[in-house]
Amino acid sequence: MLNKYPLWKSLMVLFIVVIGAIYASPNLYPEDPAVQLSGLRGVETTAVTLDTVKSHLDENNISYASIAMEKGQVLARFNNTEEQLKARDLLDDIMGEEYSVALNLTPATPSWLASIGGTPMKLGLDLSGGVSFLMEVNMQEAIVKVQKSLVDDFRTGLRGEKIRYRSVKNTNDSINVQFRNAEDLEKAETFLSKQNRDLLFVSNEGNLTLSASMTEQKLKETREYALQQNITIIRNRVNELGVAEPLVQRQGKKHIVIELPGVQDTAKAKEILSATATIEFRLVDTEGDLGAALNGRVPGSSQLLKERNGKPVLLKKRVMLTGDHIVDAGSSFDEYSRPQVNITLDSAGGNKMSSNTKSNIGKPMATVFIEFKPTDRVDSEGNTIFEKVEEVISVATIQARLGKTFRITGAGSQAEAHNLALLLRAGALVAPIQIVEERTVGPTLGAENVQLGFQAIMLGFGLVFLFMLVYYRAFGVVANLALGANLVLIIGVMSMIPGAALTLPGMAGIVLTVGMAVDANVLIFERIREEIREGKSIQQSIHQGYDAAFSTIIDANITTLIAALILFAVGTGPIKGFAITLSIGIITSMFTAVVGTRTVVNAVWGGKRLDKLSI
Amino acid sequence: MQILQLKDTVAFMSYRKVAVLLSIILMAASVFSLATNKLNFGLDFTGGTLIEVGFEKTADLNEIRAIMETNGFDDAVVKFYGSSRDVVIRLATREGVKAEMLGNQVLDILQSGTGDNIDMRRIEFVGASVGDELAEQGGLAMLTALICILVYVAFRFEWRFALGSVIALFHDVLLTLGLFSVLQLEFDLTVLAAILAVIGYSLNDTIVVSDRIRENFRKIRVGGPEEVINISLTQTLSRTVITSITTLLVLAALFFQGGALIHGFATALLLGVFVGTYSSVYVASSIALALGISKEDLIPEVIEKEGADQEEMRP
Repeated sequence: MLNKYPLWKSLMVLFIVVIGAIYASPNLYPEDPAVQLSGLRGVETTAVTLDTVKSHLDENNISYASIAMEKGQVLARFNNTEEQLKARDLLDDIMGEEYSVALNLTPATPSWLASIGGTPMKLGLDLSGGVSFLMEVNMQEAIVKVQKSLVDDFRTGLRGEKIRYRSVKNTNDSINVQFRNAEDLEKAETFLSKQNRDLLFVSNEGNLTLSASMTEQKLKETREYALQQNITIIRNRVNELGVAEPLVQRQGKKHIVIELPGVQDTAKAKEILSATATIEFRLVDTEGDLGAALNGRVPGSSQLLKERNGKPVLLKKRVMLTGDHIVDAGSSFDEYSRPQVNITLDSAGGNKMSSNTKSNIGKPMATVFIEFKPTDRVDSEGNTIFEKVEEVISVATIQARLGKTFRITGAGSQAEAHNLALLLRAGALVAPIQIVEERTVGPTLGAENVQLGFQAIMLGFGLVFLFMLVYYRAFGVVANLALGANLVLIIGVMSMIPGAALTLPGMAGIVLTVGMAVDANVLIFERIREEIREGKSIQQSIHQGYDAAFSTIIDANITTLIAALILFAVGTGPIKGFAITLSIGIITSMFTAVVGTRTVVNAVWGGKRLDKLSI
Repeated sequence: MQILQLKDTVAFMSYRKVAVLLSIILMAASVFSLATNKLNFGLDFTGGTLIEVGFEKTADLNEIRAIMETNGFDDAVVKFYGSSRDVVIRLATREGVKAEMLGNQVLDILQSGTGDNIDMRRIEFVGASVGDELAEQGGLAMLTALICILVYVAFRFEWRFALGSVIALFHDVLLTLGLFSVLQLEFDLTVLAAILAVIGYSLNDTIVVSDRIRENFRKIRVGGPEEVINISLTQTLSRTVITSITTLLVLAALFFQGGALIHGFATALLLGVFVGTYSSVYVASSIALALGISKEDLIPEVIEKEGADQEEMRP
């Protein structure tokens, strides 16, 4: 029979719309003010933390709605913002050293919805308020640093092999070694090219020089490493900022995007992001009296510092080695599958380490992490005063004379070893970074944008709704049903995709989709009218109308989709939001406007003898 | 209900010389304006710092300008934004100053200078290099979009239609840019996004028309290409008009309700939809016609052979 869908097809359409509606529904629930705690630098949040938070809150008579562990964080929800702020201040005071305490708005999604992955849409910064930074990694500097360390390596290598050379210099993109005779040049080339397989060597017998340049591969690796390292360090620092849902993401070849929702004090954020950190290796003062030092009698050549767990350590003031000699640090497992940290130094660092550890075998060596953190105080010129914060991050016994590469074992769990490696690398930033773009949106503007965007969607929707109703009557109702289903599906899909955030241009994209989504219905309905005018039967006209319009709709939508996808590929932030809603809207509108309306039309008018159609 | 009730075929194509002339004049004017007036590029492309602040009562622009000047920001451009309580201050990139700190600095100056309670609405800082890269990427994006669409339409239809629709798109983009240049409206990232959406919209229209032309070439046996195109344009006219109406309705909603931030976006799309509707009727079809589109070009070869066989057998 003409224009009848099998039951399963109708059910399927219904099923998809219902699924969309279920996943869109979390957006209807309000948000609870909450405080979230997450561990800093390898500190784990456990059930114990949960109990501590609970007892602190109880002791201070701060009432809370619930406290639970969610995604490795402790999340305490409150009934109002007043209690939330009180709790944040209290917890930050007591536990702020080890945990990042952040304000958050947690969706009050019912647990059955949350358990099937239902979450509300994420709001972009232009709607939630907050700051986003675009940071650029100075790649030139990264490459120069690697070249400088290669110059050192060449010198020590050649000296070690007793090959005589005049000079080793690094020029723009290569390292040139000058020799006295051809014999040395040849020996050096064989030796160095064996040592450095990722370099390209070219020898010039005429002026007795050997020049080495980095291969494309090596250059790429260096850049990639510099970017990754910066991302890791920034993540670490961002965690300290106490922001609920920060985003640190690479963008392209040399940029890093940082989004901090809810942050208004951008000055502090910027200072923390650009804080410098370094590492020092120092000997533990084993002769000094720790007890006396604790009472204030610290020996002149020593300094009292604390380990992460608060245990005091007496260290010699003399620095064995500074962190800028560290080339690489990574964590792995030793032969007894205990976690360890492998450290690689440059050659100068290797030499220093070697001579400094020679006479100290068997003694404990401490790794000190030094950070310059901004304080609330400012100096007479209005610049923020930075405070030097020193912390002992590991104490290990020197087992043998150390050289260019060595390892630290006994650092604790694998997570801790990994963290230590990260911190070690942070002490030797390969490439400096710079803020090249910054956008701050205040909370009032954000809230206003949400309201305006919402109003625009409602108004646009209402106008189109009315127009279709007047113009196509009964079929207009069907088109409007599809329009409603389309809106629900867009919101449902947006909520389901984890990375998609709703932005103001994204809302504009939804409005635009509403206007353009009816196009498919207009095409179909106009075609049906035409067929009726040509004198075909009603059922035949409906059938023909849908059939003939189908390929046109597909072609028209695919080309628009192409434009939207290209926009997605090049756009950032809010523009990406527009591309996302537009793309989703195009796809869902094809479904609702073609399959969706057909289902309703078939159910209402299909298979009946009709003389007239309300179209 | 029906807006257009056309009994006869409208002879669109007989006016095509006038339309082509009009388009050429408008395009030349756009190029001229783009060359002389240039585009009023927004912060996204020029780089610099922008601070939007909200006042509790109507702000005094002259006072703000004076405050900025006394503090050494002679180049500050101070304007109302959306309402008389919102003020936008734009500063060019400056050498030697840590540009990322400028925003907060200006905020402090204004706070102490006016003595009012000032609400920080937004601060944007864009480095000069970022703007250049963006302009490059934006241009590249438009070009890529045009090429991808050219390939798709050529693959689905025929090269004459593909060329026609891409020239129509180029025409739309150029005229929209031209209008932005003539009116000196600010051209920022959202406007760029809107222009890409215009490409999508205008193409939508063009494809619907082309599709009908292809269908009619196969169905209608009498009449030359010009007549077939006229018939097709007449048949699709009411759809073209209705879709333009619904799109203009939602754009009007955006324009009046979306707030100042989305104004440029809505303006670009409003202009683009007008131009796009016109171009899908005139530009794309005229070009396909001028390139000599005919029945044979649009009927797939296999079917054509079958049809030819049948004709021989019939008598």
